Amino acid sequence: MNLESHLSSPRSSWTSGGGEMSDVVVSSRARLARNLDGYPFPEHLQAEPGEQVLQRVQGAVSGLGRGWQFYRLQGLSPIDRQVLLEKHLISPQQAQMPDRAALALRDDEALSVMVNEEDHLRVQAILPGLAVSEALNMALGVDDRLEQNLDFAFAPDRGYLTACPTNVGTGLRLSVMLHLGGLARTQRIQQLLHVLPKLGLAVRGLYGEGTEAIGNLFQISNQITLGQTEEEVAGGIERAALEVIEQERQARRLLAENALPEVQDRVHRAYGILRHARLLGAEEAMHLLSDLRLGTAMGLLQVPLPLVNELLVLALPGFLSRTVGQELQPAEQRTARANLIRDRLQKEVG
Amino acid sequence: MTCQECGLRPATVHLTKVVNGHVEQLHLCGACAQQKGEFQLFPDPASLLQNLLANFVGEDQATAPKTDVHCASCGFRFSEFRETGRLGCPACYNQFRAELEPMLRRLHGTTEHRGKLPRRRGEAFERSRRIQQLRERLQQAVQSEEYEKAAELRDALKAAEAGGSQ
Repeated sequence: MNLESHLSSPRSSWTSGGGEMSDVVVSSRARLARNLDGYPFPEHLQAEPGEQVLQRVQGAVSGLGRGWQFYRLQGLSPIDRQVLLEKHLISPQQAQMPDRAALALRDDEALSVMVNEEDHLRVQAILPGLAVSEALNMALGVDDRLEQNLDFAFAPDRGYLTACPTNVGTGLRLSVMLHLGGLARTQRIQQLLHVLPKLGLAVRGLYGEGTEAIGNLFQISNQITLGQTEEEVAGGIERAALEVIEQERQARRLLAENALPEVQDRVHRAYGILRHARLLGAEEAMHLLSDLRLGTAMGLLQVPLPLVNELLVLALPGFLSRTVGQELQPAEQRTARANLIRDRLQKEVG
Repeated sequence: MTCQECGLRPATVHLTKVVNGHVEQLHLCGACAQQKGEFQLFPDPASLLQNLLANFVGEDQATAPKTDVHCASCGFRFSEFRETGRLGCPACYNQFRAELEPMLRRLHGTTEHRGKLPRRRGEAFERSRRIQQLRERLQQAVQSEEYEKAAELRDALKAAEAGGSQ
């Protein structure tokens, strides 16, 4: 596989829509921060040592086996970097300073390593559905193999040393992306936002007026990286996710029992707009795709989950520009977004 | 209740944060919550935490030494860390050990790593982790005047340290 095929396809390991609890859980992600001993952190890295870090990591990545490729970001167009960013394969920091940044990527995009981001290495595993421990073990496996050839900065009492002390210790950030369309409809999301921080977990999403997050997508992740083992962190995230999943399913049951016509109407209206609109803003598309996802999960509508996931990625500015073949102004993006979504729905749903 | 931040608008966002038993309550209005970065669409987690971190570091300033210490390894000044929330190199953790300790405690509730050890060099780290734990227990035993237990721990510590020099 080459970089072009990653750039032209909205597909990723997580867009398959499979995995456990995929009616609620979009994806599970594990990220390990690592740094090379004896080098300043990337922000303070001069050109020559920066190049050394790149080459040493490239050498170690070549030991990861088949299916792995190493790509330097230098020389990529801004649109291509934007696409990698939208796929969460590189970070904003890397996109802005591409000259010494790189991406090591396994063909299926489930495993990747960001090089010279905030830390020298960020090993990332992302899987569809609820698969926290699996994602963690995959990332730890890559870490083990890289460590055979690289000396990571480590202190027995502080653990893996990272540029920001919020990551020091395990260097681990575990997160689960949940679609909470039912809880959002039943106004119960607020309760959740109160409870999770009490467990040392962070919840992210956009809270506009009231409680509705854009697309009703929420990410639960751990805050603490020091003093807990990796398995303890995974257990905490998993327990919290299971609890939220149960509540979301309960909310959907309540909706089906008490407000079925309203939900059906909303879901089919969303489909109607996406299927026929000529102009679509990014935020509007997110809201409508969220309704589509809820409808599919509740069995009210037959739009395949992989398609909904891919449309979420395709509707982003970088992908739109790449599909059309030129950088688009916001007004042009709205037209392109509507065309693209309409086209895919017509072909794949009818 | 009015917003803790601006003291003008009513508090509509109530946050409770518990990090290993340390409870922090925040009551904010929508505007201030936005500004503090508590509510954003998938913000870069690093930037969100850095905002919080800047507050933590700010609190530490009162007790921090007045002179600006710098890292002997990379030349990074601790005053830069106060601004950016990021350190210069791995050695900074040792160089700024005293300055960082209270902040690590507030961020994570502890300062001691319990997770994975690098596999290839893990054995040496494992031993030093054990020695560190024995030292702490010995100190506790002496403080609580449990001299028999302290003697046992002292012997165990000697054995562990001797093992390290072989």
